[in-house]
Amino acid sequence: MGSFNEFIHMGGYASYVWSSYGIVLLAFGLSIILPLREKRQLEKRIRRIIQNEQSSSSE
Amino acid sequence: MIMRFIYQLGSPPYFYALSGRLLPWLSGICLILFATGLYGGLVLAPADYQQGDSFRIIYIHVPAAWMSMFVYMVMAFSGAMALIWRIKIAEIILINSAHIGAVFTFLALVTGSIWGKPMWGTWWVWDARLTSELLLLFLYLGVLALYSAIDDKRKAARAVAILALVGVVNIPIIHYSVEWWSTLHQGPTITKFDKPSIDTRMLIPLLLMAVAHKFLYAIVVLLRARNDLLWRERRSQWVATLFKDGS
Repeated sequence: MGSFNEFIHMGGYASYVWSSYGIVLLAFGLSIILPLREKRQLEKRIRRIIQNEQSSSSE
Repeated sequence: MIMRFIYQLGSPPYFYALSGRLLPWLSGICLILFATGLYGGLVLAPADYQQGDSFRIIYIHVPAAWMSMFVYMVMAFSGAMALIWRIKIAEIILINSAHIGAVFTFLALVTGSIWGKPMWGTWWVWDARLTSELLLLFLYLGVLALYSAIDDKRKAARAVAILALVGVVNIPIIHYSVEWWSTLHQGPTITKFDKPSIDTRMLIPLLLMAVAHKFLYAIVVLLRARNDLLWRERRSQWVATLFKDGS
């Protein structure tokens, strides 16, 4: 592996190699980010449910 | 001792707490494995004498293909546990494996296609390996569709478990397809019983990447399972306690 340019060039297969790695990166990133975002929303909803129950039981 | 552990693991609060403690460790190990595996595969490993640098797609294609089958076996195994013992956690592992299993299968197909173009001269052939892998993708999508079509989630899990178990016949077909039928797809390089026909500098990054993918699967399935569990048990005492403690 001589230079950085050579590394990027991938012996002429750059478009194949880097598009594959790009798709994988995108798919794995989404697979992690989506459940994390869902968790934040769930926590909000559950907090609201618990608060509603508490306020209705105290009346 | 082991039975007690399995029994405890089946308890939602215990599973939730344990998985929460495990996740940071799993994430750290997973990142290290990906970093070393990618460096070894993209930088240190020599170019292939026939395929040049295009062979480097192997480091994402082969682990994804292995995972597509591994995740399916986990689904079938959890399905059997869910059917026999009605363990809620098994149902949750089963259904929350389907998304990431479909992702791995999709990636195996797409990266294989991108690799096939310069090496075989075509994006796709209807041979046994590619067709059975495509069938696997449809099995995952079928599991997801069936689950979302049934409102009662316990019933849905049982239906999905049966579908997952029936689909297991496809797994040996995928694995042996390159030996049973002649094809453009190359034969197994790693899982031959004699010496693997691959340079050690190429092999070690591949194994690192394979283990990294296993960790990634564990992380994604735990994240999803925890969300699922939290929502299903939202009216239970342990969830209320969890939120009272300000977490």
